[in-house]
Amino acid sequence: MAHAAVSLQPQSGQWVTFDTHPEQYRHWKLSFDGVVATLQMNVDEEGGLRPGYKLKLNSYDLGVDIELYDALQRLRFEHPEVRTVVLTSSKERIFCSGANIFMLGLSSHAWKVNFCKFTNETRNGIEDSSRHSGLKFLAACNGTTAGGGYELALACDEILLVDDRSAAVSLPEVPLLGVLPGTGGLTRLTDKRKVRRDHADIFCTVSEGVRAPRAKEWRLIDDHAKPQQFAALVQRRALELAEMSDRPHDGQGVGLTLLARTIDEHGYHYSHVDVRIDRKARTATLTVQAPKAEQPLDLAGILALGAEWWPLAMARELDDAILMLRTNDLEIGTWILKTRGELGRVLAVDATLVSHRGNWFVRETVAMLRRTLARLDVTSRSLFALIDKTSCFAGTLLELALAADRSYMLAAPESSDAPRIAVSAMNFESYESAARLSRLGSRFYGESKPIEGIRAAIGRALAAEEALTLGLVTATPDSLDWDDEVRLAIEERTSLSPDALTGLEASLRFGGPETLETRIFGRLSAWQNWIFIRPNAVGEAGALKVFGTGSKARFNWERI
Amino acid sequence: MSIDYEQKIPNNVDLAGDKTLQRALEHWQPEFLNWWGDMGPEGSGAFDVYLRTAISVDPGGWANFGHVKMPDYRWGIFLNPAIPDRKISFGAHKGEPVWQEVPGEYRSNLRRIIVTQGDTEPASVEQQRHLGLTCPSLYDLRNLFQVNVEEGRHLWAMVYLLHRYFGRDGREEAEALLERRSGDADNPRILGAFNERTPDWLSFFMFTYFTDRDGKFQLAALAESAFDPLARTTKFMHTEEAHHMFVGESGVARIIQRTCEVMAQNKVDDPARVRSLGVIDLPTMQRYVNFHSSVTLDLFGSDVSSNAATFYTTGLKGRFEEARITDDHVLLDQSYPVFEPVAGALVTREAPALNALNERLRDDFVKDSVAGIARWNRIIQKAGIDFQLAVPHKAFHRQIGPLAGLKVSPEGRVLSEAQWSGHVGQWLPTTEDRAFVGSLMGRVVEPGKFVNWIAPPAAGINKQPVNFEYVRFN
Repeated sequence: MAHAAVSLQPQSGQWVTFDTHPEQYRHWKLSFDGVVATLQMNVDEEGGLRPGYKLKLNSYDLGVDIELYDALQRLRFEHPEVRTVVLTSSKERIFCSGANIFMLGLSSHAWKVNFCKFTNETRNGIEDSSRHSGLKFLAACNGTTAGGGYELALACDEILLVDDRSAAVSLPEVPLLGVLPGTGGLTRLTDKRKVRRDHADIFCTVSEGVRAPRAKEWRLIDDHAKPQQFAALVQRRALELAEMSDRPHDGQGVGLTLLARTIDEHGYHYSHVDVRIDRKARTATLTVQAPKAEQPLDLAGILALGAEWWPLAMARELDDAILMLRTNDLEIGTWILKTRGELGRVLAVDATLVSHRGNWFVRETVAMLRRTLARLDVTSRSLFALIDKTSCFAGTLLELALAADRSYMLAAPESSDAPRIAVSAMNFESYESAARLSRLGSRFYGESKPIEGIRAAIGRALAAEEALTLGLVTATPDSLDWDDEVRLAIEERTSLSPDALTGLEASLRFGGPETLETRIFGRLSAWQNWIFIRPNAVGEAGALKVFGTGSKARFNWERI
Repeated sequence: MSIDYEQKIPNNVDLAGDKTLQRALEHWQPEFLNWWGDMGPEGSGAFDVYLRTAISVDPGGWANFGHVKMPDYRWGIFLNPAIPDRKISFGAHKGEPVWQEVPGEYRSNLRRIIVTQGDTEPASVEQQRHLGLTCPSLYDLRNLFQVNVEEGRHLWAMVYLLHRYFGRDGREEAEALLERRSGDADNPRILGAFNERTPDWLSFFMFTYFTDRDGKFQLAALAESAFDPLARTTKFMHTEEAHHMFVGESGVARIIQRTCEVMAQNKVDDPARVRSLGVIDLPTMQRYVNFHSSVTLDLFGSDVSSNAATFYTTGLKGRFEEARITDDHVLLDQSYPVFEPVAGALVTREAPALNALNERLRDDFVKDSVAGIARWNRIIQKAGIDFQLAVPHKAFHRQIGPLAGLKVSPEGRVLSEAQWSGHVGQWLPTTEDRAFVGSLMGRVVEPGKFVNWIAPPAAGINKQPVNFEYVRFN
């Protein structure tokens, strides 16, 4: 099976990219009717991202989910008039049957984990948009809704199920595949929908799932209707959900242009973001550039720039860079985060982000930044921020340093071009991490004294000594020590066990209170990833491996 | 409500001593009668029908004839006698003793198999409920009703398994079997073919020839099951299914015979002129064969199926005549040919034998259905008419599996969209065909009389004369 597992991993020079456009979709259809958009899943069986499996019964692989992510982005930015998104399927009697099992069976462990992470982030993004941007989601389950299909529905604000006496919602992963409903399914059952745990226990162990009347009793769905009445129910609830939205009636959409990106042997290169990969050292240096020119202060100017407006353009590039590195460069285990540019320009942008926060486009841009930065929190790579000369860790860009596992700031008090960092109001709100706290709040476990000390420093350029005193950076080597300290820290880091580091970083990054998101990434994913490497799932006779072949899974019955 | 079990419900499952089953049936039996009243043969409640009733599984017990009102029909519960020390004959459990209770591990799949089979039984009664109003003869009307009550009994057989072995879930599923309705968009039967209408008697005979033959093969495969009560139940149902196919085969044969007689007497073979003489022309018969054959082929499921593989390996569903097949009955490293469309052509490829079990059963079915068609062709040949009926190619007009939507001629040639639409009227019943066949339907109920388009049978039922009063209308 080793060669099969390799086949789903990108070959060198053959990158998985996340670029797509509605006109290129093979698996989704996006349509609009006033404030309601309908996103119909219609997976092309032959359209798998890799050879070796067919995407039957509206099952998905990474390629299908890349289109879903793109569609959500278009809804956010290109269609401000949309208040409710109806997620449904154009296949008869099937909504979605979840991740394609044959794809999972062929995939390497790393591919599975990365795939699940991306799908998790997309579903969390759905909830983020509902919570912060007034974009409501309705799952119109017009047929079988199984596994990842139900997990997609769970990410929506409401779930409606057709009642034709056949359609059921189900999470059959445990009985059929010997793995977990790991795309947030288990967590959302309890934390979000408050399904009683004994009911959840039954639900997750009966492969056939639960049909309409009981599904509602058990809170697995919100409502159901007969096939003839289903469309009317969906329409009514979609409009009622739209009432809860504050998206504008007169907003002019902002087109998301194709990212200008070049790929070469050194890495990925964009306008505001550059990724240089050192394959021998197994590091990547991500450098984010502050605005090269003054950014508009008024809404008209901002909207005129649209996707070229620095905060959005930078966020999209950073988002893509993170996804590219995570998917294509598994052995690049340490990311070095750098910035370049003028502090003042970023602080000026942050001021406009605050003053125009009531505008839908600004709000969506902040949301995009928030979700992109949150990807760093769940990235299984060591993140070191290097705050060196000409760097620009100000406000929004300071979040990169705050997201890092460690930050090193050059102390050069004698030098006029010593690096400075700056805090803005944006660091105290807006950029919630997975813990639903600001990174500053999370860094100091909500203790007010250090946080208030930092708030008093808003807008000032802070040199290394003050930054260290305020607790904003990890260490401040001086000019003589800098090169060696930084080199040693990185070399030492890259020598450690990648598995242990992944566990260590995830544990430390999610300090403080638990949220749905931290429980999904910190608990559910961790359990799932453990199960994913156990012989009971992926051994020669493991349940996931033999699914569909007719062979019976053979388990090692020892409980661990 | 109490029921005199032995009297009302003939059985060989010790119903009188089984409290669980009694509790379930006390609720379900009245519901079943309500369903029969609502959805059974239309307006037939007061008719006395000369029916066969099974009162035991002995050779003398399963075919008792007499006039009976259908709502009073004694739907019974019968399992073939147990085979002592029966062993599982295939799959991962091969050689182990068969199961007398449902293993928890397989509860869900077994329930699904039983519910899917059970759902087809009331569905076909619903599909056929208006046919009595246009019966071609009393003899045929009686045969229709016999098929209907036996489908009802097959429902009982599946409900017995649900009630006896599946607890509360089983009782709920048994109720749902009475609640779904054929062709009801809000509440359809599970399988597509069982939501189609059976609008006329030609369709009815074709349905009983082809679609009930699917039933025969499904039942035969289930009769191999490691779950002994399912195996014994379906074995007995299998005996009854033979009558349904007899109704289909002889019905079509009598239509062909009548058409050939009229063609020979009048020396015509132009279909339009044949039609003008009030009988069904042979090309129309061929189009009905094409339709019913292809729709039925779909019922076997996808050509390559993980469910089929799982059902076999876990011992739930075997192959047709498993015991007669000489292989290892595990099939792990074997293959079986399936069709696959590749760049517009039909290509045969080898699929894992376990995954191709639906296809194998479909092939068994095709072999079996060809035999009856040969008998129909002999009638045509005897009349000296140069025409042969044939079953269409397996890839013709398929809606399920990799061949779905592919345009293939009845001979198996892959066609363009344009070629298909240019010929489809020659291959599948057209609206005009259906209207013509519908126009022939008229009610004939005088004993011994037959409508013009069908020949009388060679013999009556249970050695009764053809002009026997098979149905008394009261």
